[in-house]
Amino acid sequence: MNNILDIVGIENYIFLSVLLFCIGVFGVLYRRNAIIVFMSIEIMLNAVNLLFVAFSTYHQDAEGQVFVFFSMAVAAAEVAVGLAILVSIFRNLGSIDIANLKNLKG
Amino acid sequence: MQTLIAISALGVFCLLAEIFNLRKALVPVTIVGLLAILGITLNLWSIDSSIDEQYKSMIVFDKFSAGFSSLFIILTIFLIALSHDVYKDHQTKISDFITIKVFLLAGAVAMVSFSNLSMFFIGIEILSIALYILAASKRLDLKSNEAGMKYFLMGSFASGIILFGICLIYGATGYFDVAEIYALSQGAGLPIWFPIGITLMIIGMLFKIAAVPFHFWAPDVYEGSPAITTALMSTLAKVVAMATLYKLLSGLTVGLTYNFEIIIVIVSIASMTVGNIMALRQKNVKRMLAFSGISHAGFMLMALLSLTNAASTLLYYTSAYALAGMASFAVIIYVTKNKDNEDIINFNGLGKTNPLLAAVLTASLLSMAGIPIFSGFFAKFMLFTQTIKAEYLVVVIAGVINSIISVGYYFKLILAMYTKEATEEKQATPFVYYAVGVISIVLNIIIGLYPSLVTNLIN
Repeated sequence: MNNILDIVGIENYIFLSVLLFCIGVFGVLYRRNAIIVFMSIEIMLNAVNLLFVAFSTYHQDAEGQVFVFFSMAVAAAEVAVGLAILVSIFRNLGSIDIANLKNLKG
Repeated sequence: MQTLIAISALGVFCLLAEIFNLRKALVPVTIVGLLAILGITLNLWSIDSSIDEQYKSMIVFDKFSAGFSSLFIILTIFLIALSHDVYKDHQTKISDFITIKVFLLAGAVAMVSFSNLSMFFIGIEILSIALYILAASKRLDLKSNEAGMKYFLMGSFASGIILFGICLIYGATGYFDVAEIYALSQGAGLPIWFPIGITLMIIGMLFKIAAVPFHFWAPDVYEGSPAITTALMSTLAKVVAMATLYKLLSGLTVGLTYNFEIIIVIVSIASMTVGNIMALRQKNVKRMLAFSGISHAGFMLMALLSLTNAASTLLYYTSAYALAGMASFAVIIYVTKNKDNEDIINFNGLGKTNPLLAAVLTASLLSMAGIPIFSGFFAKFMLFTQTIKAEYLVVVIAGVINSIISVGYYFKLILAMYTKEATEEKQATPFVYYAVGVISIVLNIIIGLYPSLVTNLIN
């Protein structure tokens, strides 16, 4: 069976991941709704996961796929904490717009 | 490895203590446990353990990681001792707070003793997630919420960048193992992804240590977080990130290229200058110390310019900075305990109402400014000597000028304590603030008088 990577080429996987990663970065930088910002962070992490799997096939090495499990678990824990912070902000402020967080300045 | 296992076991014990209703005994027992772990760590010193095959070469516990782990354990002991009084009104939550701090220490130890990039990533995430929780831990205070949210967004953004860096390094070499990557990085013919990966990892770590182009989150987060969390961030978290960056660069690459070093020179000078100049016009003490921390990050980055032999200098500088920071935060937590802000005005007349704590704060600020007999001076002196040897005179000149500028804002606080009149009566001071402040400042002076105590640890 032919390796799919020989047909598609590893470069295209890298381009796709970089593109997804950049979409995530711009989402974090420009969106104002906290939920969308969280989603953008998830897009960044999942772009990296995709690339890990591609590289894992490229090197014929299972370590990369194992790393994806670690990073998925970590991302889930991270977003759980983030949502908890968001809930307490919503209780105090009644909105999840990041632009409202302007109390700290100097 | 024993250190890491013992710390995690202690964390689990702290969680169980809540169930068995041992809240009263929790703080003393945790401190005793951490002292025992410190003993284990120092005991490992004599055994020259290289990579431990038993754990699939995930962990390497050499002198570098033993030295930094001991420093982290000492800092955590101070923080947990302070927690007892800080969380007095939240007795039901005290075991959660202590547990998070102990697990945070586990992440910190993993970060300086990794020998596999997956261990590094998990360590940095354990540390960061624990810090997000602690930053937002004053649930009903909007400032704390905001600090937690900002820290979370910046932190997970930086984690994503670091993860992308790890991924590109894996793609270029096919290994997560640091020793294998080091061996491969000596030969030519690595794809272009490899330097890009290293660069992304450096950018992510610069976010974590709050060096200048990536520093904008630090003042807000430091100001909004509860004071004890600010103490943790500005001492422990900064030192951990700096040590990890050093270990990463010296472990993954043979030597930095000239262009990399120029970038580090620029980041270092910019951090020092921007941090100091912004600190001059701050009224809030926590915010001022945040900018002071940014400028100290600039000083610490100098150690990267002589990558092969700066480990002991870095350990010395970080110990001096962290001990001084811990002493000053013990006083700041005491002074601002029942106030809703941390302005310098709160410190007026502290020299009369509480001379000992005022002396501790003065000593720690002098150490940070780099006045002799305190270890801050010798730390800067050693760092400057090493950087001159590495032939980067311009950084040293910038460093000296910045040390002079920094005296300006440190003295603003000292003058407020001694020359202004007190606005309120002396309040009762729990013993623990004296203990933490005095012990850390005494340790600071001891390593100032005998620098070889610390510098001989690693060499």
